[in-house]
Amino acid sequence: MLAFLIRRISQSAVVLLVMSLLVFVGVFYIGNPIDILIAPDATPAEYARAVHELGLDKPLWEQYTIFLKGALHGDFGNSFVYNEPALKVILDRLPATLELAFTAMFIAVIFGIPLGMVAGMKANNWIGRNIMRFSILGFSLPTFWVGLMLIIIFSVQLNWLPSGGRGETVMLLGIPVSFLTLSGLAHLILPATNLALFKTSLAIRLTRAGVQENMQMDYVKFARAKGLSETRVIGLHVMKNIMIPVITVLGMEFGSLIAFAVVTETIFAWPGMGKLVIDSIGVLDRPIIVAYLLITVTMFIIINLVVDILYSILDPRVRLGQER
Amino acid sequence: MRNKFMALVTVCMLLLVCAAGASAETLTIGLKGEPTSLDPHFHNVNANNEQAIYVFDKLIRQDSRQNLMPGLAVSWIPVSDNVWEFELRKGVTFHDGSPFTAEDVKFTIERIPTVPNSPSSFTGMVSAIKKIEIVDPHTIRFHTEGPAPLLPRNMATFNVVSKKYGKGASTADFNSGKAAIGTGPYKLVEWKRGDHITYKRNDNYWGVKQPWETIIAKPITNDGTRVAALKSGDVDIINFVPPADVAHLSKDSKLTLSKSPSTRLIYLHLDSDRNDTPMVTDNNGKKIKNPMKDVRVRKAISKAINRKAIAARIMDGLAVPAAQMLPEGYEGTSKTLKPEAYDPKGAKALLAEAGYPDGFKITIHGPNDRYVNDGDIAQAVAQMLTKVGIKTEVNTMPKSVYFGKASALEFSLMLVGWATDTGEHSNCLGALLHTYDKDKGFGSANRGRYSNPKVDKLLEQALVTVDPARHNALLVEAVETGMNDIGIVPIHYQVNVWAMKKGLDYNGRTDGYTLPREVSETK
Repeated sequence: MLAFLIRRISQSAVVLLVMSLLVFVGVFYIGNPIDILIAPDATPAEYARAVHELGLDKPLWEQYTIFLKGALHGDFGNSFVYNEPALKVILDRLPATLELAFTAMFIAVIFGIPLGMVAGMKANNWIGRNIMRFSILGFSLPTFWVGLMLIIIFSVQLNWLPSGGRGETVMLLGIPVSFLTLSGLAHLILPATNLALFKTSLAIRLTRAGVQENMQMDYVKFARAKGLSETRVIGLHVMKNIMIPVITVLGMEFGSLIAFAVVTETIFAWPGMGKLVIDSIGVLDRPIIVAYLLITVTMFIIINLVVDILYSILDPRVRLGQER
Repeated sequence: MRNKFMALVTVCMLLLVCAAGASAETLTIGLKGEPTSLDPHFHNVNANNEQAIYVFDKLIRQDSRQNLMPGLAVSWIPVSDNVWEFELRKGVTFHDGSPFTAEDVKFTIERIPTVPNSPSSFTGMVSAIKKIEIVDPHTIRFHTEGPAPLLPRNMATFNVVSKKYGKGASTADFNSGKAAIGTGPYKLVEWKRGDHITYKRNDNYWGVKQPWETIIAKPITNDGTRVAALKSGDVDIINFVPPADVAHLSKDSKLTLSKSPSTRLIYLHLDSDRNDTPMVTDNNGKKIKNPMKDVRVRKAISKAINRKAIAARIMDGLAVPAAQMLPEGYEGTSKTLKPEAYDPKGAKALLAEAGYPDGFKITIHGPNDRYVNDGDIAQAVAQMLTKVGIKTEVNTMPKSVYFGKASALEFSLMLVGWATDTGEHSNCLGALLHTYDKDKGFGSANRGRYSNPKVDKLLEQALVTVDPARHNALLVEAVETGMNDIGIVPIHYQVNVWAMKKGLDYNGRTDGYTLPREVSETK
């Protein structure tokens, strides 16, 4: 286990280093942020001053070395645009994104898995077929379109829910959360549903496939022969076996949910970090872009690790140290 | 489960009812852009300057047509060629109750060039000032290097901060509200980045009492979402309504629209300087001498553009064909210049006269995420030019890529926009038409490197002429000279549109700002 962890962490460090170098060089070659940020009537002297202040007059390798030195101390540099530490700007936005992603995942799990089980057991009657129809829609409709439709139906036409933004927040263990207030919850429902739609469909399909496969297995026949109730057969034995692929895929998807909630955040004006990074790319705010990507990669690494560990708990045949 | 769901729906509806009930005192604004900072001197960019007006005041303010109006200064006179005297308003206090004096003005002007890491500062607005003399707490004199007729205009661009709170304050202190203590109509309550900024009315404001008690400014950058937020009643007013939505919003009986022409000019800059320009070839793809050095070719390009069609079809009527760099009525605008009429035959004749009877090949470059419908305008211009024989290809790109390349002179013909924030012509003349001169600071956005000694001379003369009538006459002459020589090809001025719920009215501003004081209730 320990050797496994050490190997994983050293691999991750290399990934992070290579990624930061790629992003750094890439953004450098796209252009100079000052060209976009500066007032167009600024004099050349003012232009030169701004370039110097942000350290953009130094050669690329020197800028990168300065960044690396800072990064080792947890300082990713100041955002060009906000003049505050990049990490702070991102972490300010992180809770909103996490809340949205967790809620979406929660919705996907509590709706997706039961519906998938029903669809798996009743594959040939109308309930199963309709569930599958829904999941096809969930897969194929583009997120931005569904988002706009949700706004048009529930906000503009029915006027039930707010069209965007985050509601009132309260502090929970030092983190601002909005799901504990009514206005926060009202603001959360539409974006979370929008984000959850694809994942719900995914959960349905995975669960259905797992159920159908497992129902043919000998252990199910044996359990039934033993006289166990159908609830116990499905709720315990089948469930345990289908959870492995579901957890793997949803775990991986959770990372992408956080990292790529961009579309939903933009449509619902949700103040998360996806929206922040889109704005930052638009103005080439390099410290934010680099720090964001490093955080995202780190998150993926951690999620993968957690999924691997969960595996070994769910399936005793998997031994973490032995995959050489 | 069903009951719980119904309960939730009821609660949500109740919430909305509560929100609607409070709205008589609260104005919620949906904004296209979010400020990058609440430090009024950190980043000279529209979204920041707009929010700064809520909390702070300028010595001189601009009315909705950008005419100068007394602000924290009640009068300003040139006491000699090199000295301006400003008389400050008495009895003005900052939000904490401390009095506003000349010391705060001096502090502000000295702070501007020293804000660390500023990506775009107001330094150019105060660089003419060599010495600040405080005569008494409400009289201040600015000594300038030479005559500075533009000083009042420049004073109308930046906000005055409090010396007490501003001293040693960082940009972050302004963002947190600690240093954001101004003399302005609203006090900052909180800024939740990406979500909203809340302001409370300053009841001790020296000016007209503000109509709204609480202001909530919400950045909603996505156009569709901003429109939806208005239609669903989440916000009371939105700015920068996308032209495509104007038609259906104007039919909505629950909404009102307000339109105002803006000073945002969309124009073409053409390389009129280099013999060898990168994006031009003859019809066979062979390099040729830059045809746009010839004024007849530039004129032909201007004549080939159907400005009315662009305004009507691409801009949905939300553009005004342009003849110069600012709409009529502004300082330095010519009364004789008229938008070039669409004349493809005349364009062809001019091309033939210049020695290009079969035209040539060129690529037009433009941004696709900077101005309203910028990519479509570039497409339309390209088709119009192709029609008169200039075979034009289009290449549009994100602004983050475009402007760096344009400033590095990688293009030959480019679509650009310019908003004259000072509201007078010397600003755009100096930046767009004056010969590029790094040391004197001229031609900073002259990406075509247009150069005309006559324009340079007239402008430089105007810049040292304090007498307003003479100053204006020189500017007019410079504008007419430059525009008749087709230094740039003006296309149109954008029209800004605000949409709000019925019962409100907005006095649209040419600078595009959405200011609570201009929102009134009609009943």
